[in-house]
Amino acid sequence: MFFTLTLTHVLTLSAVLLAMGLAGIVLNRRNIITILMCLELILLSVNINLVGASHFRVDLTGQIFSFFILTVAAAELAIGLAIVTLFFRNKGTVEIDAAGLMKD
Amino acid sequence: MIPDLLFLAFSAGILLGATLVIAARNPMVGVMGMILTFLNAAGLFILFGAEFLGLLTIMVYVGAIAVMFLFVLMTIDIDYIKLKEGFAPYLPAGLLVVALLAAELILAAAHSPAQLTPVVVVGQGPQPQNVVALGQVLFTTYALPFQIAGFILLTAMVGAIVLTHRPRNDVKRQNVTAQVLRKREDAMVLTRPKTGAGATAKHWNPKSVAKKVKA
Repeated sequence: MFFTLTLTHVLTLSAVLLAMGLAGIVLNRRNIITILMCLELILLSVNINLVGASHFRVDLTGQIFSFFILTVAAAELAIGLAIVTLFFRNKGTVEIDAAGLMKD
Repeated sequence: MIPDLLFLAFSAGILLGATLVIAARNPMVGVMGMILTFLNAAGLFILFGAEFLGLLTIMVYVGAIAVMFLFVLMTIDIDYIKLKEGFAPYLPAGLLVVALLAAELILAAAHSPAQLTPVVVVGQGPQPQNVVALGQVLFTTYALPFQIAGFILLTAMVGAIVLTHRPRNDVKRQNVTAQVLRKREDAMVLTRPKTGAGATAKHWNPKSVAKKVKA
């Protein structure tokens, strides 16, 4: 068999996903909605990390923490999208550059 | 053999979805990529024996979060192509930094002591089901964090409602206080106008009329 699944593979997948999420934030830095989606990708990479470790170490703690991360991610996203809606209502755009109220 | 191949397939799905999220011109396509990512991640979780988390991921991410994204995207009206400008100039530098970070993380993972942990084959002997085992830990050892998580969700819900709620003055609606505080004298006049005088009669003063009528 050319490939045997180990924890390192899971960690690698998680690292690549985290890097892709960061790249998304850097490249789409004008669109708040895409940035929120990339944040979700980063949180998912953390979850994959935890669940993978939980599987290979036969320890449920990783899954419990993943559960709490899921909760916080959902809460964060609800607030984030509410702020985006509010931002759009006030500014008429979702561009990050428009959020310069402190400058004016 | 089969789990290994499944892992590769799910990983490919996850990375494909992530690429869609990053590169999509239309955020709607990005949300679809996110759904693909999360479905594959749920498959990965189930492959790792975390059925509950896998199904929870589908429910929370695909069922709630993706729908919320779609809802917001449909509600607000923006020229997304304009927002995509400035993607190309930052592409090389951004990719370089991020690739460096990924390489560092992968190297660290390859040399981490977690690697030394022997792989334990799951499924030997009677083991409680994933949901049962999770429940036994979640409601005892992690009972307090569990409650706090509930409060976080409540706070998020209240916060989202408070943030986006706006009182609208152009809509007619019931004012219960005004209705209850209303008195008969303010609203109604009992009078005996002379024949032919009608509503133009001199005594068109509700309170005095009420007294007169009572007397």
